Amino acid sequence: MSTNLLIVAFERPAIDWHAVAPEIVLLSVGVLITLLDILFLEKARPYMAALSGLGILATAIPLLTLGIDGTERVLFDGAYVVDNFSLVLKAIFLLAGYVVILLSTNYIVDGDYWESEYYGLLLASLMGMIMMASSRDLISVFVALELLSIPAYLMVAWRKRDPKSNEAGLKYYLMGVFASAVMLYGMSLLFGVSGTTVLSEIADSIDAGNGSSSVMTLGIVFVVAGFAFKVSAVPFHTWAPDVYEGAPTPVTAFLSVASKAAGFVALLALIFVGFYELSNIWEPLIWILAALSMTVGNLVALRQTNIVRLMAYSGVAQTGFMIAPLAVAGHSLSTGNQALSAIVTYLAIYAAMNLGAFAVIITLARRTGSAEIDSFSGAFHFAPGLTVAMTIFLFSLAGIPPLGGWFAKFEVFRVLATSGETWGYLLAVVAAINSVIALFYYATIARKMWADDPSEKDLNNIEVTPSLVSALAICVLVTLLFGIFPQLVARFTEVSLLAFGV
Amino acid sequence: MSITTTWYLLLAAILFSIGTTGLLVRRNPLIMFMCIELMLNAVNITFVSIGSHLNDLGGQLAVFFVLVVAAAEVVIGLALVVAIMRRRSRTNADDLKILGG
Repeated sequence: MSTNLLIVAFERPAIDWHAVAPEIVLLSVGVLITLLDILFLEKARPYMAALSGLGILATAIPLLTLGIDGTERVLFDGAYVVDNFSLVLKAIFLLAGYVVILLSTNYIVDGDYWESEYYGLLLASLMGMIMMASSRDLISVFVALELLSIPAYLMVAWRKRDPKSNEAGLKYYLMGVFASAVMLYGMSLLFGVSGTTVLSEIADSIDAGNGSSSVMTLGIVFVVAGFAFKVSAVPFHTWAPDVYEGAPTPVTAFLSVASKAAGFVALLALIFVGFYELSNIWEPLIWILAALSMTVGNLVALRQTNIVRLMAYSGVAQTGFMIAPLAVAGHSLSTGNQALSAIVTYLAIYAAMNLGAFAVIITLARRTGSAEIDSFSGAFHFAPGLTVAMTIFLFSLAGIPPLGGWFAKFEVFRVLATSGETWGYLLAVVAAINSVIALFYYATIARKMWADDPSEKDLNNIEVTPSLVSALAICVLVTLLFGIFPQLVARFTEVSLLAFGV
Repeated sequence: MSITTTWYLLLAAILFSIGTTGLLVRRNPLIMFMCIELMLNAVNITFVSIGSHLNDLGGQLAVFFVLVVAAAEVVIGLALVVAIMRRRSRTNADDLKILGG
């Protein structure tokens, strides 16, 4: 009798295999790489990077068919959703992951470190991000967050004989686990008030009048703080410069782009699907985070001498720009949708230009043996192509037309200025001042690379590996294309989460 | 006086505060790990007590995920500490100061 009951009680939920095909392909490649590594050890090593790159491309195929199909697929009672929003972000993650693999080839192994496991971890982390894009449930958001973070802790500490890398790993780990514990406590409070973990049902419960409870407020504050850490917004940014400096540079590129984007995805899903109605709680919070991140990030970036630390602080400032539209997103449904599109646009363009900048930094730092900005002086004399590419990326980051970063910033300003809220205008003013400050330090790097005399005597042209050339080509192409034809990226990022959220 | 759900929630809140304070104040990574465990277990208590209060299995279910993830996290953390201990004699979070500026 009791066994009967058990059998009746569990009924497998219907699974839409097409919807989860990208995840399954990526998982299979990850498992395959781990197995090949165990079976063949050193013999398999030369093929691992290529294999994981191909695996990511294979993952993109079901993503494309899902995109062509275009229907919104809801799995597991709304806990896992495949819609246009999640597909666009999955594509961004995959592209970023592919470029990071190109950057890591030949680099990770430097200094006689293991390489094969690295790609396994990278794919596992990517898997977490891809799950994050579809998660619409507190538990699946949490599991996806940990799946993307835990391999990242190991990747940061990859150079285990380098005390800097160890230190960066432990710092990232302690701060990361602390943030996820705070976020988790917030989630348990949200569950306590609403009695459910599915985001759309939390929204229903808020509609039913549970939103006024102070426990709900506390829960939202904790959850937003947890993700503010992930996207490195001030005052939760302190880990970023140290971790970026200590980690192997391809891992830094991965963290600064993919991991940050994943934090944004979760934040967007939580705010737009879960507690959109409570904009009086999260709007001021986001406003403060945005204004602080822009200002503090840019001001501290001004006095950095190490280019990786500078990129870390510039990343903090860019986070401020990306998060800014959220501060007015609760004004009306149309503003909300515009804010969402602006953030997704920014994430896509930021991924290309930041990865590109890191590709140049990796190549130049290998030649000069230092990441000090001064060591890049006169790079034009021994690496003209790289200098041109770096200039494109830096000016794009600063937001100069006709490069991609210009359109990203334009969208942010458009949302802030058309929201019709005083706070929106104020934030637009803060953002405008910060754009000028940012231009100063980006242009300083470019000036040193073009105009200064090289500090070393060896003026032979730098050799760039084919994988780095492809990575640079992808990034330059995307940065230019999105800047010159902004309607191209706008077509893809015209996504909405509010349709079923409200 | 009967023990109601409120007491459990209060206990969880106190445990969470102790964990947070400990993490921010103490400088030994092992103690810091313990504080993280305290925080995560406070979360577990909250989930379980609310779950039983609402008669909803979702709360208990959440705890399984938290437990598994916490175990994975501690393994990684200990591995990092071992890697650092091999290079230096003692471990103290304040000694980690090569990076900065």
